Amino acid sequence: MEQLIADRGRRVSVEELNTTRLLAHAAHQAKQRKFEDVLIIDVDAHHYENEHFGEILPFMDNEVFKQLALSSRAKGGRGSVAPSVFGTQDIGGRVTRYPLRDSEKTSKGFKRDIEIGHRWMDAMSVDYSCLFPTGMLNIGSHPQKEMEHELIWAYNRWVTEKVIPESEGRFFTMLGLPFSDPDMALKQVEKFGDRPGVRGFMVTTVRPKLPVHDNAFMKVYRAIEERGLALSFHSGFNWGDDQFQSCNRFIAAHALGFSWYNILHCTNWVVNGMGERFPKLPVIWIEAGLAWVPFLMQRLDHEYMLRPSECPVLKKKPSDYMRDMFYSTQPMEVQDMGALEDTFRMINAETQLMFASDYPHWDFDLPSTIWDLPFVSDKARHNILGGTAARVLGLQPRNEAQKANLQKFGNLKA
Amino acid sequence: MAEQFVSKASEFKDGDRQIIRLGEQEIGIFKHEGKFYAYSNFCLHQGGPACEGLTIAGVKEHLREDKTSAGLYFDEASMHFVCPWHGYEYDMFTGEQVADRKLKLKKYEIVQKGDEVYVVA
Repeated sequence: MEQLIADRGRRVSVEELNTTRLLAHAAHQAKQRKFEDVLIIDVDAHHYENEHFGEILPFMDNEVFKQLALSSRAKGGRGSVAPSVFGTQDIGGRVTRYPLRDSEKTSKGFKRDIEIGHRWMDAMSVDYSCLFPTGMLNIGSHPQKEMEHELIWAYNRWVTEKVIPESEGRFFTMLGLPFSDPDMALKQVEKFGDRPGVRGFMVTTVRPKLPVHDNAFMKVYRAIEERGLALSFHSGFNWGDDQFQSCNRFIAAHALGFSWYNILHCTNWVVNGMGERFPKLPVIWIEAGLAWVPFLMQRLDHEYMLRPSECPVLKKKPSDYMRDMFYSTQPMEVQDMGALEDTFRMINAETQLMFASDYPHWDFDLPSTIWDLPFVSDKARHNILGGTAARVLGLQPRNEAQKANLQKFGNLKA
Repeated sequence: MAEQFVSKASEFKDGDRQIIRLGEQEIGIFKHEGKFYAYSNFCLHQGGPACEGLTIAGVKEHLREDKTSAGLYFDEASMHFVCPWHGYEYDMFTGEQVADRKLKLKKYEIVQKGDEVYVVA
């Protein structure tokens, strides 16, 4: 079958999308590098939860909002209950797994996401993946805080009651929270925080007006810290946000957006001394690449030396607090290898960096992007690919060779 | 170096491609406007199947004399093939990565004998 992806004769011939076949070269790389012996934890991978709203929405709690949401799915195009964003992530069909996704053969329902997930995890030799949604990363732009809470509640129930339990222990999650309503955010931490597979909670950072340091959120962070869980900030983009209205190309809105939202929230987190207030809370900054981190370290340290009176809670420089936190690798900017090496030094990558693939999104990274770096030690390779995440998130090796490597580099919890 | 049979030329339609595997090598062979082109199927970016994605003309931008833009268009004189993993885009005629032409896929020679097409690898 020849599938036309665009007009004017642009084409690619495929029978169907098959993730295993698409990633055959990744499997080859994994075999060459003996990744089976290395615990690989992917702290940021995705599925397309919007394809399962038929299963998810019935988990909504409030009967009125549930009726509104379910009704919106009826034919007739009466609008959407979940926010969406402008953009062309598939680069006009050039990244073929987007337009061909429907053709991949799987079981129906939520099991489809597990099967596709296991296919790419097996190809890359990824042992565990943190499963994040896709469209709901923009839930923070919903104008109705009740609906935001209800949709997140329904997703969190569905993913912890259906998807995670069926994933053979290989998916875990850091669940989103309704940050428009701190009381509801706390309620969700209390409801879901102890469920199997929940390793933390997530701030969807596409929330330009969110003051992450507001007093109203301290009870939320405290509840997460008390449970020994992590707090992640998962970045995103929103071309429709005011600050990106001048961008006429998606590349601009995307490149800036992911960096900008993490820069914004990380700045407020640091200058308000959240690292002093919650010293045992692991904080992970996800999917903004790494190039923004040295910039922000330099910028904040520079201004802190001149204006410490505005940050009286701090006992050390902002960059020191940033080095206490964790960063996911993807999309790792590799064009200037010297700059990347400096970045690794500045963030203490050997202990603070965690591998992320972001698969199946268009700018995913393979484990080989870390393994093949010319300037990292063997210990750093193992730590970044999985050892650090195993230590912080409490994940166990899946074979004896992985166990030996974790012990060798001090990452195996007793 | 040996000649490896690819296909009968009469059965290789214009716009099609074939992927052949020779030991550790994988080679993508394209037929575009009657000519054959053959390149390594390992993307220079992260090793994806460089020759197994979309083929599409290059995008250009019309700039007027006064430096204003008159918009984007497909350059029908060009043809690109795109790695399906991340969108790394290569020039069909040279194998160059179009964003940085210093990067080039390994190119293989094609030999046609009568109706038979061979790649030299």
